[in-house]
Amino acid sequence: MRARPRLPSWLVPFLCLMAAVALPFWVPTYYTQFASKALIMGMLAMALNLAVGQGGLVSLCHAAFFGVAGYVLALTSPKYDAASLLLTLPLAVLASGLAALAIGALALRTRGVYFIMVTLAFGEMLYFFFHDTGIGGGSDGAFINLKPEIAIAGRQLLDLDKPMAFYFVVLAFTVGVIALLLMLVRSPFGHALAAARDNERRARSLGFPIFRIRLIAFTISGALAGLAGYFAAAQFGFVAPEMLGWHQSATVLAMVLIGGLQSVTGPLLGALVLLGLEEVLKANLAQWKLAEGLIVIAIVLALPNGVRQLWPLLFGQPRQKPSSGKVAPETGRG
Amino acid sequence: MDLITFGVQLLNAIQYGMVLFLVASGLTLVFGILGVINLAHGAFYMLGAYLAYWIAAATGNFLIAVVAGVAIAFVVGLLLENVFIRRLYGRDHLAQVLLSFGLILVIDEVREMLFGKDVHAVTPPAWLSGSIQLTTNLSYPVYRLAICVFCLAVAGLIFLVITRTKIGMIVRAGAENREMTRVLGINYDSVNRYVFATGIALAALGGIVIAPISTVFPGMGDSMLILSFVVVVLGGIGSVAGAAIGALLIGLTDTFGKVFFPSVSGILIYLLMALVLLWRPNGILGRREI
Repeated sequence: MRARPRLPSWLVPFLCLMAAVALPFWVPTYYTQFASKALIMGMLAMALNLAVGQGGLVSLCHAAFFGVAGYVLALTSPKYDAASLLLTLPLAVLASGLAALAIGALALRTRGVYFIMVTLAFGEMLYFFFHDTGIGGGSDGAFINLKPEIAIAGRQLLDLDKPMAFYFVVLAFTVGVIALLLMLVRSPFGHALAAARDNERRARSLGFPIFRIRLIAFTISGALAGLAGYFAAAQFGFVAPEMLGWHQSATVLAMVLIGGLQSVTGPLLGALVLLGLEEVLKANLAQWKLAEGLIVIAIVLALPNGVRQLWPLLFGQPRQKPSSGKVAPETGRG
Repeated sequence: MDLITFGVQLLNAIQYGMVLFLVASGLTLVFGILGVINLAHGAFYMLGAYLAYWIAAATGNFLIAVVAGVAIAFVVGLLLENVFIRRLYGRDHLAQVLLSFGLILVIDEVREMLFGKDVHAVTPPAWLSGSIQLTTNLSYPVYRLAICVFCLAVAGLIFLVITRTKIGMIVRAGAENREMTRVLGINYDSVNRYVFATGIALAALGGIVIAPISTVFPGMGDSMLILSFVVVVLGGIGSVAGAAIGALLIGLTDTFGKVFFPSVSGILIYLLMALVLLWRPNGILGRREI
């Protein structure tokens, strides 16, 4: 295999960002909207990966946090007026964070497979909460007639109704989420979280408050999922209980796996790959779910570390192996 | 609430709990022995109900549907274990979650190709379709009683096999300590395969017996999956007795919750789960340290 010269570490992220900024000027509006959706799902997947990849906590209720924020936007939006972004966004993120705090405080008393089952059950509880009670239109869902805006003294500064403006706002928030997650992962907090994932007993005997560290990570992860949910609700102008369903959670987990758990931005790539795949399959195949299911199974069996495993095959091996020192989360204790 | 209404609700609760037990015991066995968390378990419950509808409609005999449905599910379980599940042993939970999620998508689509996505009703066999008159305006369907008896018999059989036979001994040893059992020379490949197929068959059996009193519809597996998870969390993973306790608790909570607190009945079982988690995070019969 031919060796690939090492690129400066900032080059690839910089080029990706430039491409992302240039994108809406080059492609039709439909693809700008698709890119917004991919960024939103990428935010959700990256948020989830803080719990799954960094914390070793396989959560099946992140769609619930995602949906709660969407519902907060729907419930706080005036019927004939645009909601204020500066007011509703913090409120939505706060609500998701609180939901994550409450569910995390209970679920984190358990480990491994229990944790998966408990998060799944509590996520479904929130689903049924919006499905069965009349809040937010019950099983029919609720419309958000006008996208939120930033306005000062009645003058509109930012109108999210324009696809391009919406895209740039989402892009800015995505970059912010990446920066926040990178900071977290590289901080002593992030190292403690990873230590608890790799060897809980040792981390505990070293004196780390495991429960508190995990709860903080889970809450931040849920709040960031809420951030993504806010923009998803704003983009589609509609919320329904299905937004909180566990199929959504599992799909996002698939994005995390496809992108790879080892890096902060991997899940963003995973979201892009899976959404792109869905788009192609839906356009060409009546039984697209069958194909998607088989592809997910194939990826689990053949590429346990995500599509990045394919890169050395495509571009050759890098000269030096990156020494990140991270190992796949060990959650095997049942 | 007078005594007879209470009795009727109690019977309903037990009957619901028993069906839950059938499905959840399959789930807890598969996890206890194989160490694999199977999200597709609910999909087999749904598949069982559709098989019951399809075979009963084709043959006109519900009993054939019970036997054939369970047999088909068992064979499908053997095949799936051989093709997919086998590759999950020792993999992390994320891989197990996602592979079984992929299976759900596949099974859903296959079901749609075979049976469509219509809602169906199944008629119970004629000799079980009557009702027992309790008072002048209150009666209880015989079929529900039959479910109670049948599920009790199956539960008894499961307990007998697990506590009294060599296979049961291997299964218990595996749940206790997988590696040690393997070291002692038990051929785990075939044990795994049959346990998985039995788990799937139990899920399908739950779907088959419930088909005549519920409707058969595409999403029925999802709610059952969540409920069986709650049962397993309540009872303790790998413990069949725990699954029985958990299932009856949920049957009682759900049935009497609907009677006494109809507005919040959907949330009650999750509150129950939260309480048990605060009290015993590893389940009522779960081992304390994990």
